[in-house]
Amino acid sequence: MSAIITLSLLAILVLYLGLFKARRALLPVSLLGLVSTLVLYGIQWDGQAVPLYSGMVLFDHYAVAFSVLCVLITALVLLLSKNYFDAGSTHVAEYYALILFSLTGALLVVSFHNLAMLFIGIEIMSVALYILAGIRKKDFASNEAALKYFLMGAFSTGFLLFGIALLYGASGSFDLAAIKDYVVSNPHTVSPLLYGGILLLIVGLAFKVGAAPFHFWTPDVYDGAPILITTFMSTVVKTAAFAGFLRLFYSCFVPLQDFWIPVLLIMAVVTLFIGNITALIQQSFKRMLAYSSISHAGYMLFAIIAAGPSSAEAVLVYVGAYSLASVVAFGVLILVKRTTGSDHFEAFNGLAKKNPYLSLALAIAMLSLAGIPLTAGFIGKFMMFSSVLADYHVLLVVLAVVNAAIGIFYYFRVIVAMYFKPLDRDQIVVNGYYKTVLTVAILVTLLLGVYPAWITGLI
Amino acid sequence: METIVQEIQGVPLNHYILFCSLIFTIGVIGVLIRRNVIIIMMSIELMLNSVNLLLTAFSAHSGDASGQVFVFFIMALAAAEVAVGLAIIVMVYRNTRSVDINALNRLRG
Repeated sequence: MSAIITLSLLAILVLYLGLFKARRALLPVSLLGLVSTLVLYGIQWDGQAVPLYSGMVLFDHYAVAFSVLCVLITALVLLLSKNYFDAGSTHVAEYYALILFSLTGALLVVSFHNLAMLFIGIEIMSVALYILAGIRKKDFASNEAALKYFLMGAFSTGFLLFGIALLYGASGSFDLAAIKDYVVSNPHTVSPLLYGGILLLIVGLAFKVGAAPFHFWTPDVYDGAPILITTFMSTVVKTAAFAGFLRLFYSCFVPLQDFWIPVLLIMAVVTLFIGNITALIQQSFKRMLAYSSISHAGYMLFAIIAAGPSSAEAVLVYVGAYSLASVVAFGVLILVKRTTGSDHFEAFNGLAKKNPYLSLALAIAMLSLAGIPLTAGFIGKFMMFSSVLADYHVLLVVLAVVNAAIGIFYYFRVIVAMYFKPLDRDQIVVNGYYKTVLTVAILVTLLLGVYPAWITGLI
Repeated sequence: METIVQEIQGVPLNHYILFCSLIFTIGVIGVLIRRNVIIIMMSIELMLNSVNLLLTAFSAHSGDASGQVFVFFIMALAAAEVAVGLAIIVMVYRNTRSVDINALNRLRG
């Protein structure tokens, strides 16, 4: 808990730094705060995991592992922010503070042990993001993204809350352990309210993770928001939402699997096909990444369908690989867009001739997203598929492999553009921060792909 | 306070559930068919308030206070959400001179 408190104090401190015009101190202070959060989580790792604050939060290995992942990805995103925000606004502190507030919410979502904390965490995370999505006040696309994100977010919160209320009506408690006891003690005679509650929770959480048929806001919001905010949304927020989703369903609803697994099965397949097929026809790289993030949500639903002891690991590896690759892809996109002013595939033409390192990083990220062996993405997909295969959902895996093949098609489009198209512009200047982020992310991606054992035994 | 709880318990729980589901559905339909952003926000408030009512009813019927505490959380966070939402609407209005949701369809594909 001390980590979450540190983080929220850090965000307030950053706001004050902005007030006193200490602009140069913002990034170092934020990063220092993130590092101390990591240290606090590290101390917590070996401790006894008991629910704290009347059962509100629980920092077990699951929560700590996902929290550390969220903090690390946020640190990478903040490093990319060097010189990014300054271009558009003089009030830079707000960006950092809002990102840190949103991260605080994400950490609550991954470590909740009471449905009240799930709700509060999701709200803290989302409200900060509504502002961040629309932070370019004069930019029409940013406005539209903020309004759509806000309306859809508030709408889905309504479903989530109604689901929580029905769960409360059925089980008489918001505590995960109490709900689990209720479900386990009478699996055949549970109140019908509980079934309604589960369905509404699935709707609400599917909105948050961007799974079909509740995905329609994702492309517009990801496309309209500033690229760095999109990076944050598609990595940290998705990680947290999936971790919360899995935690709720794995710890409470496993005895009722027969009821909700068919629903999620259909959703996963529809999500995969919609995400992948629509990504195929995109002309904009940013929009393609938005649709690819929908399809990745489909893959990640597999872990919830499997809902076994290994699915936490599978989600951790998958979401880690996906986040690292996304950070690289969006980072390169920021640089390319800054130079060419466009985020279409043509903007990447011939990038490899003048910026070989940049294109190598992007190529590895694309391979990882596509799930090619020797990258982390492959290990993630492998773990996902094997956890589902263990439950004999063979048809699902066949469909998923078909989709992975479609995915390769559009991920390779940008690689082809970079390496085989003629060049029509100058070299892109890459500053040290970007180089660091790209190097770290690519090294971890390759390391995970070659030697996954160091992370798989973690949870 | 006791009398209020007894009053609430005087109505069967199923009536509350039906009534709240009805209000919730009205809210959902409002969000889906109305084009004015302000009215969409009002519909969302309707959804949240139906949840509040439902939680209170469950709480009174089961004699457990945590449902009512949850209602306060919902109220506080709904207020925060509305504050941000209205700010976003003002921002959009300044750029488009409209609060119609159809004015926002530039992002396509």
